Amino acid sequence: MATVQTKLYEKESEELISGSEAIGIACALADVDVITAYPIRPYDTVMQYVSRLKADGAFDFDYIIAESEHSQFEIVKHASAVGARTFTGSSGVGWFYAFEAITVTAGLRMPVVAMVGNRALDDPGAFGVEHNDALAVRDLGWHLYWVATAQEALDMALIAYKVAEDPRVLLPFALSCDGSFLTHSQAIVQVPSRDQVEKFLPPYKRGKLQLHPDNPITVAPQVNEDWLMEIRKQTDEAMRRTPEVIKEAYEEFREIFGRGDPSPFIEEYMCEDAEIIVVGMGTLAMPTRVAIRRMREAGKKVGFLRVKFFRPFPAEELQKALGNAKGVAVIDRDYSYGSPSYGGVLFHELRSTMYPMDKRPLMLNFIAGLGGREVMVGDIEQIVETTQTAVDTGKIEQETTWVAVRE
Amino acid sequence: MATRAVEVVYRGIFQRTLARNIVRNIVFAARKDGKIGTAFGRYSDSPERNGIPAKQFAIVSDTALELEESLAVYEATAVDVTINLDDAMCKGIESWAWYGLQPINELTKPGGTLIVTSRQDAPSLLEDIHQKDSSYDLAIIPSTVSFSGLWVYKDDHTDMRVLGAICKVCPDLVSLKAMLVSIQEQTGNEAKVSSAQRAFDRTTSRPVEPGEGNTETPFSFDMPGWKTMEEGLVIRALPQGGGFRGGDEGYQPGRSEVFKKWSTRSMRPVINFDTCIKCTLCWLQCPDTCFDITPDGLYDANMESCCGCGVCEAVCPVPDCVTMVGEAEFNDNNSQWDAWTADKDSYNKWMIPLVEKQKSEVRTHGFHHVGGYDEEINAEED
Repeated sequence: MATVQTKLYEKESEELISGSEAIGIACALADVDVITAYPIRPYDTVMQYVSRLKADGAFDFDYIIAESEHSQFEIVKHASAVGARTFTGSSGVGWFYAFEAITVTAGLRMPVVAMVGNRALDDPGAFGVEHNDALAVRDLGWHLYWVATAQEALDMALIAYKVAEDPRVLLPFALSCDGSFLTHSQAIVQVPSRDQVEKFLPPYKRGKLQLHPDNPITVAPQVNEDWLMEIRKQTDEAMRRTPEVIKEAYEEFREIFGRGDPSPFIEEYMCEDAEIIVVGMGTLAMPTRVAIRRMREAGKKVGFLRVKFFRPFPAEELQKALGNAKGVAVIDRDYSYGSPSYGGVLFHELRSTMYPMDKRPLMLNFIAGLGGREVMVGDIEQIVETTQTAVDTGKIEQETTWVAVRE
Repeated sequence: MATRAVEVVYRGIFQRTLARNIVRNIVFAARKDGKIGTAFGRYSDSPERNGIPAKQFAIVSDTALELEESLAVYEATAVDVTINLDDAMCKGIESWAWYGLQPINELTKPGGTLIVTSRQDAPSLLEDIHQKDSSYDLAIIPSTVSFSGLWVYKDDHTDMRVLGAICKVCPDLVSLKAMLVSIQEQTGNEAKVSSAQRAFDRTTSRPVEPGEGNTETPFSFDMPGWKTMEEGLVIRALPQGGGFRGGDEGYQPGRSEVFKKWSTRSMRPVINFDTCIKCTLCWLQCPDTCFDITPDGLYDANMESCCGCGVCEAVCPVPDCVTMVGEAEFNDNNSQWDAWTADKDSYNKWMIPLVEKQKSEVRTHGFHHVGGYDEEINAEED
């Protein structure tokens, strides 16, 4: 196990850091044993930062720079099997290159924590944020969480280890961070002390699943159709158990560290009496909250709901939060070519979530902010207006609208 | 005052750490005043290229809510203070983050301040700085532009002097007291604290009236929409070049009208055509194909496409045939060969003293010799 040699983070402190740097510090606080890396923007910002912490002697861990993302994710999977706490990450097509390793990590129930610096998929080569990279693991058994601030990045990284490593769960955890808005801007972040974190986060114990000479086991045999469904069902059950574990961990976090929204799954902003609710993920929260405040000042009953956990998808919470709205505008920073109504991924999940309800809001989809294009306050106001028109007429003219795209 | 925004315009990689020190220290100091802030670089500038104009921002608000309000537009569209760390960028900036040439004061708010580190005076800088519809202030920090080579941070106190000057021109952003305490905490260096204090004491600004400045219209570019763009990520290439200035003789490559990259340049080659031996090395080695072959077989550096790297000077086998000279000496991108052809005597009368002056001033992207650092620090502190 890695040992920390310095007195860094002995006390709570305030730092001016980016979301990536916040996750780097969380790794140090969680005393991660093995970090693997392979550079790709914007994920590489966390890679640079942990290198620096190591060079400064602030954080001791085994640092393996792999020759590709595929090996990068394979190595943490194996390290996790022998009981090491691990961290890795990637972006865009780098994440895709690791896909074989990414899917087996969940299949083998390895609680790897990874940061996805959200980036548009090539081609065209672009550095800006799109959510399609991280969303691609949505069916594979990974936790998938969208971060909105650098503070949340640090906090959720700690919670991620607690949840992923819980013996009831043992599933990997991806922290999605919008490229640029989160990975490259520095904000004031409260950094907890090591003592606080030790109180919150127990050591990773893999128990009888640990690959060790004293515990002779074979991991990952080849199977046939006689076995596979049962194995899949086990992972399904683990995913079904995780919401409770998340709630417990989150409550405990709030108690020890004294911060965090009421719900770990969603953030509701002025939703209580809202007739129209805008839904989105990640740093979209920033302009949207501002737009909502302005529209509230103008007397409009609007709210914003941020989906934090995409997996497990908080269906119950969303049904409750959106059930009384008349119109729901879902903003997707992603796309799903050829999908129903040619919409985005989040939209389809949400529409499916609302289908069993007796009373359903009108649901409209907006594709916005692809490739890192800024979603402006005016865009949100326009989105709400379009949704209002649908509510007023009781008719959806166009299910999916591309926002601020040059004709 | 609710929110104040500062942009630092700097040379990619060469001045990266310098710019970062400035924006971070603003946020640290503002914190001491009980405010909250954020610091960030333009994402689209990165990964940075040597010398290409890049930006970092510091945004400071009284409350977290006000900060969020201002960050609803992530990249500031108007700033209270623009800091230009290389006076050559007064001519305008074209980064690979946007298209066309942006005036250095484009984002400076009416009544805001443009701070330039320069050895030039205001009238000279205003020959380059584009005119605006509204008035603003211009402050000059008298100093040699801070360059020290690739990834090297030249600890010449330029950052500290800029920080002192900011407190003077924009007291609402951060108090001098907080700034000095913050610098002391961050650096533990009394000399740096006094550099900031001195810059505060000495900084003055002058108003720039609407319409004052360079009257040229910066080149610009209209981006096509999805209906007019070619599918399959295809970009039409430029037609190949032809004869010099469209004639039958010589050669001139095809060049983009909307992407010129000359604002990357802080120095340009000056050619002594009389000594050129037509060896072709500058033309061959220039990474930007910026040399046009004239009908008489000479090489004319095209200033619309030269990014000022200095390779031509390095490979030229003739002493003083190609000399890199600081941009402050020039106010246009005109052809040197045209000037030389029109009147050889006056060209040489202009060119030879310029080359001599450059030799004595040694303006570079770094230090020319061991000890250059101490010399420059001492000169700046006087």
